[in-house]
Parts: sequence; structure tokens; C-alpha cells
Amino acid sequence: MAPPAKERRIPVKTELDIVTARVEGRNLARELGFGTIDQARIATAISELTRNVVLYAPEGEVRVRAIVSDDGRRGIEVVCEDNGPGIADVDLVMQDGYSTSSGLGMGLPGTKRLMDEFKIETELGVGTRVTVRKWLR
Amino acid sequence: MEVTRIPILQIENYLVASIQTALHDRAATQFRDDLLERIYETKAQGLILDLTAVDVVDSFLARLTGDIAEMAGLMGTTVVITGLQPEVAITLVELGVELKGVTTALNLEKGIAALRKMVGKEGANGTTG
Repeated sequence: MAPPAKERRIPVKTELDIVTARVEGRNLARELGFGTIDQARIATAISELTRNVVLYAPEGEVRVRAIVSDDGRRGIEVVCEDNGPGIADVDLVMQDGYSTSSGLGMGLPGTKRLMDEFKIETELGVGTRVTVRKWLR
Repeated sequence: MEVTRIPILQIENYLVASIQTALHDRAATQFRDDLLERIYETKAQGLILDLTAVDVVDSFLARLTGDIAEMAGLMGTTVVITGLQPEVAITLVELGVELKGVTTALNLEKGIAALRKMVGKEGANGTTG
């Protein structure tokens, strides 16, 4: 079976893009057969990730796509990438309650709890890429 | 940028506002300011914030909701949040958001009942007319 060729890219620059990105993500999640609770988890995760971009980086991009695992499971992948300052201490931002801005400090650890897989790659002065996945049950 | 305004209705001495669209940050902040101004103008004893049509509450909107309840409380107005959908309740808890000190009710009808009880109690203590 060929992997589905569904990918959507949403540029993220202003707060308006946060809503656009999460609506796109939710739509794809629904098309892929996720239930309403997982749709809300995915949309909320996208909201948290894109808000970080708007808060800390000049601009970024979200890519949402359908994925298939090696053992045939289907899911959704969200990649949120920015050209911001990067994160100096990843362990620190992954602690509950830590925040440098006006957020509640639950952006990244909270996002991780909402999703099945979470990966963060960051380089100071270059940017940050967060990849999250949710699998269909 | 034009910001969508959310209607704020008055029933007796309560205000009722129902969020029906996905709010971006600026619209949400505008909504908070509008609500507090209307509370001041109308001297409303209670406010129902209905989230029945809201399908995503992220940490920003959750914080704003908590702020509205706290700020209205400072002005002497009791706030009840109604209509949180199951998926919203689940994501809020998983995200780690605590809506401390915020009274919630299942729907608008139960929200009004809760408000009557709370405001009535305060009235009996002589804090409101």
C-alpha cells in the first residue's frame, strides 16, 4: 500500500496562523479517522507548538501529514519548525511549570502528554523543530 | 485588524456570553476587556461564560478564562463557566491546566441555577443588594 500523499504546510508568523494551523490539523485528523477526543488533543498540541513560534521566533512553519508505521499502523505527524533563537536547556523547558514568557509553562511537557511521540531538535541561533505523532488505535 | 466581537447578553442581573467561533489571541483578549466593561456598566451580579461551541481550549485560552473569573471576582461579580465538552475537559487535564477557583456547570441551565445559588448566598450575607 502506498503511503497517503496528504501533507499540509501552514506558514506561522502571527497569532492568526495559530488558528489556521490547528483547524488544518484537526481536519486532517478527522479525515484520517481520529475520534473527537484525539482530534482535540492534536489541535491543542498544534496550538501550543505554534504559539511558541509566534512568541519566540520571527517565523516558522507547520507540516501535518498522514503517516504509516513499519508495522502498518496509521497516524498523523505534526512538524513545527522555526528560525528562532533555539533552546539553551531542553531539559529545563520540558519541566512542568517552567516558562519564560506569559504562557502557563505547560506548552512542551503538556504537548508531549497529549501526543504518542514527541521529539525536539534545537540549535542555538538556528531554530527549533518539534515533531509529534499520534497513532490511530 | 478587525476583531470579531462576541455578543454579551443580559438576562435579569446576569450577563451571558457564548463563544461560538475559534478565537485568536487578540480577539480573546478583546473579549475579556469587553466583558469587564459590561460588568462595570451593568453592575451584573453574575456572569455565565458558555464554552459549549468551543472545541479547543489551549493553555492561552484556559489562562484567559481563569483571568476573567478572577478579575470579575475582584469587581464583585460571580462567574460560572458552562458547557465544557468532554474532549476539552480531557485535553485540559492532560495539558496540565488547572482552572483553580473557577466554578463550572454542565450547561447553561445548570449554570444559571448555580449562579442564583451563589449570588443569593452573598445577598443573604448583605454583600449585595
